[in-house]
Amino acid sequence: MLCQRCGERSATVHVTRIVNGVKTELHLCHACAEASEVGLFAQSPFSIHNLLGGLLHPPAGGGRPQAELRCPACGTTYEEFARTSFLGCEECYTAFAPQLEPLLRRIQGADRHRGKRPAAPGARGRTTASRPADGAAAARAERPGAGERLAELRRQLDEAVRQEEYERAARLRDAIKALEAETRAGKGAG
Amino acid sequence: MSLERLLRSEGGAWLTASGPAADVVVSSRIRLARNLRRHPFPPRLTPAEARRVVEEVRAALGTLRLGPSGPLELVELQALEPLERQVLVERHLVSPQHAASELPAAVAVDETESVSLMVNEEEHLRLQALAPGLQLHAAWEEADRLDDGLAERLDFAYDERLGYLTTCPTNTGTGMRASAMMHLPALVHSNQAGELVSTLARVGVVVRGIYGEGSKAHGNLFQVSNQITLGRSESEIVESLEAVVRQLVERERGARELLYREHRTELQDRVGRAYGILTHAYAISSEEALALLSTLRLGVDLQLVPQVRPEVCNELMMAVGAASVQYREGRLLEPAERDVRRAAMIRERLASRQAPRGEA
Repeated sequence: MLCQRCGERSATVHVTRIVNGVKTELHLCHACAEASEVGLFAQSPFSIHNLLGGLLHPPAGGGRPQAELRCPACGTTYEEFARTSFLGCEECYTAFAPQLEPLLRRIQGADRHRGKRPAAPGARGRTTASRPADGAAAARAERPGAGERLAELRRQLDEAVRQEEYERAARLRDAIKALEAETRAGKGAG
Repeated sequence: MSLERLLRSEGGAWLTASGPAADVVVSSRIRLARNLRRHPFPPRLTPAEARRVVEEVRAALGTLRLGPSGPLELVELQALEPLERQVLVERHLVSPQHAASELPAAVAVDETESVSLMVNEEEHLRLQALAPGLQLHAAWEEADRLDDGLAERLDFAYDERLGYLTTCPTNTGTGMRASAMMHLPALVHSNQAGELVSTLARVGVVVRGIYGEGSKAHGNLFQVSNQITLGRSESEIVESLEAVVRQLVERERGARELLYREHRTELQDRVGRAYGILTHAYAISSEEALALLSTLRLGVDLQLVPQVRPEVCNELMMAVGAASVQYREGRLLEPAERDVRRAAMIRERLASRQAPRGEA
């Protein structure tokens, strides 16, 4: 089928409208659809920005209006962020923290980073972090205690089960068992 | 590497059709989003500030040595013709949005095209490491090394709680997008691809066409990547994606075997026709060329076409884009003329003795 507007390219966008029981159909090529208002509908409904936009707009009647929220560093308003899903600068993360954290939990399923941290400037060739004077305190800070580590593993296990990643879940379960055994052995020895 | 060499190159080392599971996985890629402290994110940059970001990155790259792959040389997109920018898009070195940037923006690539970096795309920096076949871990190690090298020279926006701070909250945390470019002709042929896409979405894996967001799967090529960037370590992300990709590889191989066992004549016929058209056509569109190259590649993997090497299919799949064809001709061409040049290039490449690259 050829595009009804330009009559040159084949129609790839098909719009059916039913207004007061009267059905009208429109068949356009991609270019003409984009140029017309139909372009709005032609976008994939699952584009990440559309989805985000939906999540960002505060639910009707919930909380105070957020239109006046503005990042003091770059001037981005929360409304702009909600529309574009782009933050303006690193400070926006602080300015919009109360709104951002639930959003991150919804789109990422988490609100805490567990990956790498930037290498320190001038750290080339360094293999381990230089220890401050209080070695023991630093070791505690770097390596969470067994209790914390267990809690973290259990959290990951829950998540793995929720996501139906059973291989990962099995590995985590084994790690938890091992750590529990280790803790018991440690207590027995001490 | 220099702009001239970059545009003339036949494609990076990642196209060599080597590495684990190379019959299904064309390449593995890791991308890391990083931003510089004390500069607004790209959507809010003024031209002058964008220029400062480019210059800071240029200075950092000037002293960075990555080893055998040579230095990363910065190429400014403003200095390029629109056609040249489009060539870089077709070669997956810049994204379509990046190519269209009106602000000072740049790309840097090493000699083998295995590591590269985009400056002032959606984020200040997007580091990229590519490896042939299913080698996500190796690609992650490369990206990690480049990231460390840059972090020693640049101050990245990072928060103890939220990790790397990014323009879009879908990248926050690790800023990492791991992906595999997969050739899935048999799954598409047996109508299983659509179902896979929706199943994978439920486990946080995104499937797209090869030119990223919003693109169709031309040539049965799919980009399979992680959705979540926060709350998991980089190795966890790589590991769980790799597990999904492995399963897809097995499904695709199973579907190919079934085709080969149950529908051999139909398969041979399709492959033979694809080879016939590719070696004898005098005008061909990029879409038709991609579809036929996909069928040919399937035939090559099933050893039905011993005279064609798999890497030639890979290279041709990257070389049939409109911009690449025009760049080789050195000028803009009408679509009809483009189709004629494209057909000539394919005939020539498939007719040649197909010595491996690097030999005369």
